[in-house]
Amino acid sequence: MNNSVGNTARLLGAGLRALLVLTVLCGVLYPLAVTGVAQALFHDKANGSEIEDGGRVVGSELIGQRYDLPLKKGQETPEPDLKWFQPRPSNGLGENTVNTRYQLILSGATNLAGDSGAKKTDGGRKEVCDPRAEEGLCAQVLAARDAVIKDNSTAGHTVRPADIPAEAVTSSGSGLDPHISPKYAELQVHRVAERNGLSVEDVDRLVEKNTDGRILGFVGEPRVNVLKLNIDLKHLVTDKG
Amino acid sequence: MSPVLAGVLQLLALIAALALAHRPLGDHMARVYSSDKHLRVEKWIYKGIGANPNTEMRWPAYLRGVLAFSLAGMLFLYLLQRLQGSLPGSLGFRAIDPDQAFNTAASFVANTNWQSYYGEQAMGHVVQTGGLAVQNFVSAAVGIAVAVALVRGFARSRTGELGNFWADLVRGVVRVLIPISVVGALVLVACGALQNFSGIHGVGQFTGGEQQWNGGAVASQEAIKELGTNGGGYFNANSAHPFENPNPISNLFEIFLILVIPFALTRTFGRMVGSIRQGYAILATMATIWVGFTALMMWTEFHHGGPAFDLAGGAMEGKETRFGIGGSALFATSTTLTSTGAVNSFHSSYTGFGGGITMLGMQLGEIAPGGVGSGLYGMLIMAIIAVFIAGLMVGRTPEYLGKKIGTREIKLAACYILVTPALVLGFTGASMALSTPKDSLLNTGAHGFSEVLYAFTSGANNNGSAFAGLSADTPWFNTTIGLAMLLGRFLPMVFVLALAGSLAAQKPVPATVGTLRTEKPLFSGLLVGTLMIITGLTYFPALALGPLAEGLAS
Repeated sequence: MNNSVGNTARLLGAGLRALLVLTVLCGVLYPLAVTGVAQALFHDKANGSEIEDGGRVVGSELIGQRYDLPLKKGQETPEPDLKWFQPRPSNGLGENTVNTRYQLILSGATNLAGDSGAKKTDGGRKEVCDPRAEEGLCAQVLAARDAVIKDNSTAGHTVRPADIPAEAVTSSGSGLDPHISPKYAELQVHRVAERNGLSVEDVDRLVEKNTDGRILGFVGEPRVNVLKLNIDLKHLVTDKG
Repeated sequence: MSPVLAGVLQLLALIAALALAHRPLGDHMARVYSSDKHLRVEKWIYKGIGANPNTEMRWPAYLRGVLAFSLAGMLFLYLLQRLQGSLPGSLGFRAIDPDQAFNTAASFVANTNWQSYYGEQAMGHVVQTGGLAVQNFVSAAVGIAVAVALVRGFARSRTGELGNFWADLVRGVVRVLIPISVVGALVLVACGALQNFSGIHGVGQFTGGEQQWNGGAVASQEAIKELGTNGGGYFNANSAHPFENPNPISNLFEIFLILVIPFALTRTFGRMVGSIRQGYAILATMATIWVGFTALMMWTEFHHGGPAFDLAGGAMEGKETRFGIGGSALFATSTTLTSTGAVNSFHSSYTGFGGGITMLGMQLGEIAPGGVGSGLYGMLIMAIIAVFIAGLMVGRTPEYLGKKIGTREIKLAACYILVTPALVLGFTGASMALSTPKDSLLNTGAHGFSEVLYAFTSGANNNGSAFAGLSADTPWFNTTIGLAMLLGRFLPMVFVLALAGSLAAQKPVPATVGTLRTEKPLFSGLLVGTLMIITGLTYFPALALGPLAEGLAS
């Protein structure tokens, strides 16, 4: 008995020593070496791909942000500032709950199912979104769609539901999607031109300039970086003004 | 170009890249695990451990090594989390609660990386980099070691010796995982992944005000997280987070890292048993299932059945614009057919059938191509079952790779395939029968049931992805999923090593005209069929209640 206890202890000791040695290798030397090389070769990227404008950091090329009006009294959520191009909804993005010292961004998705907020029709065999749905993904998509139509329809330009791409009314996986599709950017052009006193052609050109195609023609999806687009827009407004 | 065509071309590009890496990596690993030489750094490590790397171990000794090392890893990781509040470099995060610390320690040691915590809000640099990322390396190396031990069981005769666990562990880390991870991490940084040790800091925003981020060794953790089929994200959003997976190229590269070792191990297997073609037969089986599942997934996601998706005009909920449907579907099948569980899009918001495909992928036992090591040994166990079934059909004693599949071997294989279904269905049933666990569900109806079924499927199969609507940070789920992960990892390893020992002790049976040719396409087909029937029958009732019910209603 004593012998087997002794053997077990010896074995556990070996396991622990192996773990500590490998921790030094994989948990200290490896990350430090990679950090050293990364900081030397790709300094900006390794530190978050920050973008400066007018001598001030205005965010990261990779992280989406909100373009809202300042919060008014009595409001819980700010209204979007329609002067700027708007990003995708981010209903899954959270507030911090654990570390009360900071207001950290908590990335995340809504995790809602395609049938959440739906009702049964056709004798219970089919499910469709209830047009008056008050909860679930159905309600979120309906609200987002109504807002896109209302915000983007201008005097000479009406947005129809069929014009709206799927990503404009759904939340991304991270809640921090920095991109929208070229289709959603074009849909916003009339509104943005009107609000900033610019011509539709000028704003169209900005969207075109900021559209990234698929890499090598097939990798990924065409996309527009909202932050870069808004920075260009700001410059255009300033130049014209 | 249509998004569907772009998705298919990305799949083809991935297949080409994997094919290019297959031979050199597979041969390299065969050399690594067959060589007598030790590198200088390895000799230092053996000295530190106090182990002689040249001692041959029989299966009980090999198993004791696996268990002792994993237990030490679990205790260490548990303590690290419990002490986080007092450690330097913890960014002010406090200690993790006992049930969550147990769950996380079990999760990372079992190569699962189920996460009931929010990465960016709970874990500081020390736990992430010095604890979690270390297990990403070593749990992967343990998986490969066990697979190599089983391969040696087939390759050796009249012995019983399976190699040396410490040597296999250390070589896997030093000669396979670290070199590829260094290159992989730098590629990811070049794409835009973070790699620093900055603290929590504010970053200015366009309209004024600031966002608060924490930096960290993200790229170095991301590389091994995919390469070791671990899957635990630095951030809550995992590989959907732009700092983990910045652009479409990094996305394709991460899927490549997930698949490269599991597929290449089939060549290592072929080399070590002395017949490359036996390896190709296993590879063909894995590839057939993987391509088939990916095609089905792309079809259902582009077709976007589901009330809210119909309304939106596409299944983009929980998916990133830069990856689109194609890049997301490709990632989802690859992560659930291996034991990875990293996600670049959220499976809970997939279509009903799409969610079902991710679950079925895990329920197959993650063998196409499966986790590093675990995929190969899982598939070899299924090959033994398939040979056995074929043997019953023609009425002769089954044999595989020159070894008789007798009573002892088939009993061990049967025990192996019963462990995970028992855990998944048992715990899911208990959670649905009790009253409090159900409070954790986000969605109702069929999808709510799927959340629980997914959680235990993911845990017991050591995947780690989630239908993340489930609020799993409760004592019930932390404890039961923790147990499912440990039992689902280490019980099968017991049976695999016992089987390896009994195979290695046999004398080889010469092949005759009556021997089933296991290197032929016929056998690959038989193997695919066996997998589908055994898994289908086991999980069909549960799948019918969840994803199938949801998919058929839309």
